[in-house]
Amino acid sequence: MKDDLRRLLRQPAFDIGLVIVLFWVACAIFGPWLVPHDPYADDLINTLMPPSAEHWFGTDQLGRDVFSRVIVGARDILTVAPLATLISTILGTALGLTMGYFGGWVDEVLGRIVDAVLALPTVIVALLALTALGTSMITVMVVIAFSFAPIIARTVRSAVLAERSLDYVAAAELRRESTFYILFVEILPNVLPPILVETTVRLGYAIFTVATLSFIGFGIQPPSPDWGLSISSNYGMIGGGFWWTVVFDSLAIASLVIGINLVADGIEGLRHD
Amino acid sequence: MTHAAGPPRPAAAIGRTRAISRFILKRIGLALLTLWLLSVLIFLGGHLLPGNVGRAMLGPFADQQAVDVLNHQMGTDRPLLVQYGDWVAGFLTGDLGDSYAYRAPVADFLGPALLNSAKLAAVAFVLVVPLGILGGVVAALYRGRPTDRILSVVGLSATVVPEFVSGILLILLFGVTLRWFPISATWDEGAGVLTQLYHLILPAIPLVLILFGYIARMTRAGMIEALEADYTRTAILKGQTYARVIWRHVLRNALLPTISVIATQTVYLIGGLVVIEILFHYQGIGSLIYTAAKKKDFPMLQAGVMSIGALFAVTTLLADLLYARLNPRIRFGDRE
Repeated sequence: MKDDLRRLLRQPAFDIGLVIVLFWVACAIFGPWLVPHDPYADDLINTLMPPSAEHWFGTDQLGRDVFSRVIVGARDILTVAPLATLISTILGTALGLTMGYFGGWVDEVLGRIVDAVLALPTVIVALLALTALGTSMITVMVVIAFSFAPIIARTVRSAVLAERSLDYVAAAELRRESTFYILFVEILPNVLPPILVETTVRLGYAIFTVATLSFIGFGIQPPSPDWGLSISSNYGMIGGGFWWTVVFDSLAIASLVIGINLVADGIEGLRHD
Repeated sequence: MTHAAGPPRPAAAIGRTRAISRFILKRIGLALLTLWLLSVLIFLGGHLLPGNVGRAMLGPFADQQAVDVLNHQMGTDRPLLVQYGDWVAGFLTGDLGDSYAYRAPVADFLGPALLNSAKLAAVAFVLVVPLGILGGVVAALYRGRPTDRILSVVGLSATVVPEFVSGILLILLFGVTLRWFPISATWDEGAGVLTQLYHLILPAIPLVLILFGYIARMTRAGMIEALEADYTRTAILKGQTYARVIWRHVLRNALLPTISVIATQTVYLIGGLVVIEILFHYQGIGSLIYTAAKKKDFPMLQAGVMSIGALFAVTTLLADLLYARLNPRIRFGDRE
């Protein structure tokens, strides 16, 4: 384990990713106490000011300080996306364990439903569900959790299939252990590594999806300084040259997803070596 | 047996034909099953969740009688199973119902929207498939060296950045600052093919970026596997030139998994179309679904989503068949 960590830290791509992710996590936690201006405070005299010494990233159409908003904007997305990923991992693991262990018609039926869900892009599933259920952070989380769970289930299922025929499972069955015990105490610890990799990869996609949903108005709602939301309310003006109202938020999203995926890629590479 | 009059066919050939037709039938069956499940999910999504359609359309303060009349007119007061049967039957005969928002047949909007999206997707695919394959081939040939590492990190990064983020940055750079491309994808009526193409290049690039990484990655993996295979070594030992080995033996085998990836990625491509079409003000299937969702226009929304599902099922089926056609292991019935 320690060895793995040392090998990971020796990869420059992994290190860069880790630093970026830790930076944004720090902004999400401590941002509100660090920023020079109140990210929610309007200043209608100084609207759409270009970057200056006073406002490093300029001000938006309500005169709010873009720099402060970008820093604090990490907060909501870094709450919603990880929680959604966590729920989907729990759901997907339970589903995958069940499918892999029981096999037969349980696997067949669940597998078909999973395929049907996977036939639609997450953004479209989310649009359908959010239109029907109404938009809220909880709905966004649940929708993402449900659309990612099948993908995690697939990974877990194939890992379980490899374990299923091993002696320790047969031994537990002979001891008449409960199915729950066999699934979660015996098999689960042995399939954790692929679950960990899949979860990290999914976290990247969750951030992608939350940002996208916020951009199209079905995700995080105003007045949050969320990045996708800020881009959504400002991009109509970029023809007028107010680039600073969208560029920094865009770079923030890009850096966060790239950072997480560099981390995920590093962990995945470790498993294949 | 139709070939009874001809010379007797060798048993192996008959077995092969049977294996192929069984494979095709199984795939078609699976595609139909997925479509049916999808239709149930979409129907339930559109009908169970909003509860009372008439109430949702008229708002909380409308007269109950008016709500009842509207529900009756639209047939939304009938049992769900009847409505579902009606909806599926309509879908199969090309009647997609009427839009709540425009009070006009959904099909009138869906056709042109699909055509527009197809144009955008086509531009993206034409750009990304050769680029992605080239990227994967180069990465595999320089495996483990800096070129490979750089391609892999760049490909990964391009793949994970949301389309609207790269779209915004592209608009700022090439649309606003350099003024090389228009920032709206909508062209004037009656514009020629070249003008349309010119408007579609900038919106296509974010989609290209997303897909590039996937295609390059799959091609690279397939290439490496093929490069290490025995048949490649044999070909090299036979004294064939390196270029010829790559072209005739390696690439052929390496591109098989790439085909499936390209097919599965169409689904993500369509998801990406929603965002790109909003960002570039383009009237395609993505913006149709988006507008329908905003206006709570369920017939339009369901038809839009269902057509995407159908498109996906057909693409996957075609990819499976193409894969079977190209893969000798399936073609000769060694394996299903």
